[in-house]
Amino acid sequence: MANKVLVFLEQRNGQIKKASFEAAKVGAELAAKLGIEAEAVVIGNEVESPEKVGGFGIKKVTHLKNALLENYSDAYKELLTSYTNEINADYLLFGNTAMGKDLAPKLSAKLDAGAAMDILAYEVEGENLKATRPVYAGKALINVNITSAIKILSLRPNVFNAGEATTDTAEVTVKEVEVTELKTKVTELKKAGDKLDVSEAEFIVAGGRGLKEADKFSLVEDLAKELGAAIGASRAVVDAGWRPHSEQVGQTGKTVSPTLYIALGISGAIQHLAGMRSSKYIVAINKDADAPIFQIADYGITGDVFEVVPALIEEIKKVKNG
Amino acid sequence: MKIIVCVSHVPDTATKINLGADGKSIDNNGVTFVVNPYDEYAIEEALKTKESLGEGEVIAISVGPEVNKETIKKALAMGVDRGILLKDENPRDSLAVAKALADEIKQEGAELVFFGKQSVDYDNSVVGQMTAELLGFNSVSVVVDFKLDGTNIVAEREIEGGREVVETSLPAIITAQKGLNEPRYASLKGIMAAKKKPIDEKPAAEAKSYVEVVEMKRPAPKAAGKIVGSDASAVPELVRLLREEAKVI
Repeated sequence: MANKVLVFLEQRNGQIKKASFEAAKVGAELAAKLGIEAEAVVIGNEVESPEKVGGFGIKKVTHLKNALLENYSDAYKELLTSYTNEINADYLLFGNTAMGKDLAPKLSAKLDAGAAMDILAYEVEGENLKATRPVYAGKALINVNITSAIKILSLRPNVFNAGEATTDTAEVTVKEVEVTELKTKVTELKKAGDKLDVSEAEFIVAGGRGLKEADKFSLVEDLAKELGAAIGASRAVVDAGWRPHSEQVGQTGKTVSPTLYIALGISGAIQHLAGMRSSKYIVAINKDADAPIFQIADYGITGDVFEVVPALIEEIKKVKNG
Repeated sequence: MKIIVCVSHVPDTATKINLGADGKSIDNNGVTFVVNPYDEYAIEEALKTKESLGEGEVIAISVGPEVNKETIKKALAMGVDRGILLKDENPRDSLAVAKALADEIKQEGAELVFFGKQSVDYDNSVVGQMTAELLGFNSVSVVVDFKLDGTNIVAEREIEGGREVVETSLPAIITAQKGLNEPRYASLKGIMAAKKKPIDEKPAAEAKSYVEVVEMKRPAPKAAGKIVGSDASAVPELVRLLREEAKVI
């Protein structure tokens, strides 16, 4: 018999991440299905409004606090392990973010718990939990059963819609914790400008070889700016050195699931399609009507990106202002 | 210094995936297998580290069936000194793979281990971190810059919208991300030399798998999309569809 669901809330600069609210919502639902309780834990120094997680169905949050916990370090895994044991949690939920992906496997090894990473869906079947996750960058999906006593789920961002928060608030307990020596610590954050990351973005505008040269990528940037979208790139343009690898979408880049993915001058190599096919809406603009991208696009324009995109930017401006 | 690099044998990313008859795995027929692309960065960083220290040994380890030796051989051709196959013909979950690796790393007494940040087959991105935890090693994942000074490490890891600079020390596990280095090609001399390099084979340490694959399936096919037009005149209609049908903007 399961006992408790614990949701890990990730904070950066004291702000709780959107992926954590999604995990909170799923955690509350999962607990309801299992007939058990769910609570959340956040590790950090100053954390802004952890009670807000109540709006996603979690009634209790514990804030493990110390000035040394402002940034990610090995202390996170130690504190999370002991807290999991302390409350006797048997389901542990993470957002599949850079931090979640680093932390969840460490908890898995420490607690001897099976972990299903980057999951897209789950189902409770009696005492069993079945999770669905992509493999081969989304070319296939697998259903897995986790059979260990403690089960870890890491949720792909943007897939489980947290929806609007209700006005409910969670009860917050702040626990000052002792942190001695940090063995692995973040000493500096280097931001890549104020750019949105493709793995977290709701909208992505991505460009490929069809843009012809590195300078023409400004077209992608302009449309992205208009939509408040993150910039993505195909492997071809990353390998050509036009764009950084952090923007690459596909099997050797990032797998993304935004609400809207606009592909400009991307033909749709199999490894690119694998990385973005789970986007909710896909728009493709490409001169080549036979490009594979059109097979998975919801809306396509088989035209020249250099003509269509400026018109698209103007039209969006028009409807935004109108 | 003894440096270990853990490698996996995976389908080429350009490969089309067909489902296998068991309904739980892919059909290997006609699939080209390669060294996991991220492991190439791990191999390169291990070799570079040995070269900059001017001494040491680099060992490639793989967990899996006999055929994984092909990938170990490619690592040897790139310059790795010797290989170890921890043999298991049956699939394992990530934690069970990590347990086999941790067992071997401990026996070898290595203090620096490189992994690719994820295998491009099961995409879990976890085995390096798990292995570190089982060994009580420090770890930094998704690394794009690595510096070793004595026993101190300064690494940069990729996160959403930027990088974290991380300080740690040996013993450590580093998982490599694209951008860490430019992996070398195996030279003809390297390929010839690799033939004489030993590959030890031993059974992988027993470990129970907790994550059991019950079904593999194709993603639901997308319904046929709409071609809205063939030039800029289609733009107003596209925007209307995005607003009224998809309701995204």
